[in-house]
Amino acid sequence: MSEKKLAIIATKGSLDWAYPPFILASTAAALGYEVEIFCTFYGLQLLRKNMDLKVTSLGNPGMPMPMPMPVLLQALPGMQSMMTMMMKQKMKSKGVASLEELRELCIEAEVRLVACQMTVDLFDFNTSDFIDGIEYGGAATFFEFAGESDITLFV
Amino acid sequence: MADFDQELDASGLNCPLPILRAKKALAALSAGQVLHIIATDPGSVKDFEAFAKQTGNELVESREEGGKFHFLMKKN
Repeated sequence: MSEKKLAIIATKGSLDWAYPPFILASTAAALGYEVEIFCTFYGLQLLRKNMDLKVTSLGNPGMPMPMPMPVLLQALPGMQSMMTMMMKQKMKSKGVASLEELRELCIEAEVRLVACQMTVDLFDFNTSDFIDGIEYGGAATFFEFAGESDITLFV
Repeated sequence: MADFDQELDASGLNCPLPILRAKKALAALSAGQVLHIIATDPGSVKDFEAFAKQTGNELVESREEGGKFHFLMKKN
């Protein structure tokens, strides 16, 4: 079986949106794909040593809430932390893997993690903010892999 | 249920963990050996079919019993 390739661009840095890239990458790797995740803008959060990602219902009317709540209430201090805590608890109770676990599985499966150099500089990140073993590159680096990929996804 | 060489209990785990755990367990087996996977994730039924199709491992058996899903996967 010839090795297929999957290229993912990860642009979001919230708890919920960090899942699709890691789930798809780890599963594809298990199916024998060679995988690269190119992390840019807020997607760089996926590469930080301490991910500590949050979830918010603000600007997201599709998020199921345990009870109806006016948007202004959702914006109160502490609400984001509370929602993040509730989401993590729910995920745990449903047997959903933590992001840390999924990222570790990706690394074990030799998924290539690439940080977008331009946005690393833009946000004044240091390489010490990120986990070891990742690569740094630009758009051309992405296309080097994406150009010969079978599937490319923008998340 | 037919014979198997190793058992993997993925009960309580959700997508994509049963598949990832199975992949890992299969890696430790030799060709022709059979892995018995137990899962509670209803999505795993279709997922293990797809996994077998794409990896070339053979899904020898797939059935539901007592609210759990049982799979026999033969390593290729």
